Amino acid sequence: MSDKKLIYMDSAATTNVAPEVFEAMTPYFKDRYGNASAIYDLAQESKTALENSRKIIADTIGANPSEIYFTSCGTESDNWALKSIAAAYKAKGNHIITSKIEHHAIHNTCMALEKEGYEVTYLDVDEYGTVKLEELKKAIKPTTILISIMYANNEIGTIQPISEIAKIAKEKKIFFHTDAVQAYAHIPISVEKDGFDMMSVSGHKFNAPKGVGFLYCRKGINLIPLLHGGAQESNRRAGTENIPYIVGMAKAAEIAHAKMEERAKSQKQVRDHLIERIINEIPYTRLNGHRENRLPNNVNISIRFIEGESLLLSLNDIGVCASTGSACASGSLDPSHVLLAIGLPHEIAHGSLRLSIDHKITMEDADYVVDHLKQIVENLRSMSPLYEDFKKQNP
Amino acid sequence: MEYSEKVKDHFMHPRNVGEIEDASGVGTVGNAKCGDIMRMYLKINDNKVIEDCKFKTFGCGAAIATSSMATELIKGKTVDEAMTLTNKAVMEALGGLPPVKVHCSVLAEEAIHAALWDYSQKSGVKIEGLKPPVHDIEEKEH
Repeated sequence: MSDKKLIYMDSAATTNVAPEVFEAMTPYFKDRYGNASAIYDLAQESKTALENSRKIIADTIGANPSEIYFTSCGTESDNWALKSIAAAYKAKGNHIITSKIEHHAIHNTCMALEKEGYEVTYLDVDEYGTVKLEELKKAIKPTTILISIMYANNEIGTIQPISEIAKIAKEKKIFFHTDAVQAYAHIPISVEKDGFDMMSVSGHKFNAPKGVGFLYCRKGINLIPLLHGGAQESNRRAGTENIPYIVGMAKAAEIAHAKMEERAKSQKQVRDHLIERIINEIPYTRLNGHRENRLPNNVNISIRFIEGESLLLSLNDIGVCASTGSACASGSLDPSHVLLAIGLPHEIAHGSLRLSIDHKITMEDADYVVDHLKQIVENLRSMSPLYEDFKKQNP
Repeated sequence: MEYSEKVKDHFMHPRNVGEIEDASGVGTVGNAKCGDIMRMYLKINDNKVIEDCKFKTFGCGAAIATSSMATELIKGKTVDEAMTLTNKAVMEALGGLPPVKVHCSVLAEEAIHAALWDYSQKSGVKIEGLKPPVHDIEEKEH
């Protein structure tokens, strides 16, 4: 792999650990390995690093450090938020509202809660993947205890009118949680201004390692532990703190926030260049997701008459890493629930391509991908019976 | 996806892609909903020998590779020999398939049968054991 060309356009899946982040983490593996719960100086170094990290993270979203709980991943944060509200406020009601385009960490947690007797409303979205505020208002019942809507979608990049959603929740005195795994460290977030009660974040989406995340939980909310054991994380999340990873995540968050504006600007340039060239130069393609209210790093295109997995294999052959909403790439029978929710027919959903770029991707990289993509699409269409039929019907 | 070198080779360099204008039989199986459609064209001579065979496939790497391998395996064979080709033989010739992709080889077998059925209907030639094509994709091995 090392001598082969590699253009990584799958940053929404994961990112590499930044060199500065790796450097910041290193001492906590070898030399400063103390358990933060112990009392000797070595342990105090860990405790200090833990609390400094908490402060750094809290500052990025305008929260109080005591409102940040470190977890092992975004999925844990999502599970914790939903299950905790469900259990703690059961007496108030059993109804949860979410959307049809949530990540599986939310979607499948909701399904599990349904099995336990909770009622869940999965809101439709419009053709751009935006939650309809009127539908949300209509879905609210006296028994609604939680609304959980993702900040930005991982597949199509659409950013929700999140503060308006939070406002609706607040007016009705319903807790509001957002899965901000794709948004955090990419667009500015203020839990105060945006009006969030809870928010999930994952480290590896912004150059921290895999295996660390956090949950923001507003002070005063009854947060019930998912893991029972020691007194770590204010008795809310037992288990010895993963100091090197937490330090790494704080460092990554610090860098991402310091460079957010500059990175977003260059990413948007590359993103728009990719979108324009693909849409203009490859016939029978369409952009999925919202054109403006969109993550700076996300491109999602449907390419008709071809299937996503064969597209990814062809891209892999020229050293490009990307992703698709096709069922064939995931091993399930249905294509992406997000693409179906925005109204794409199955065969078009099977032919989707997601390119998620980071700040290191250049315009030259983008041109390389589009230049080759044109050839790949032509080649796959030349062997597609769907294209053959279409051409016969539309000569 | 863990594909064998043979699968990768047949995906990157598929054999016998295309159409046959005056085909003796054409069969299309699968559906776009599941993400796999295979179309098989056969040119069969008076001695019931498959002189030429071409395919078009909309689908994943395994779908394209199994189509390609299936055409190679039946080219030059008689229709009765082609009838005996199983999805298992296609898989073996490709050095195996991941479990979730077994249905692709089933589809390739069905595509051949569908094309043979079309040939049989048009020519009046009876083929032992041939049944009308089924368009559903089943996960089971034949």
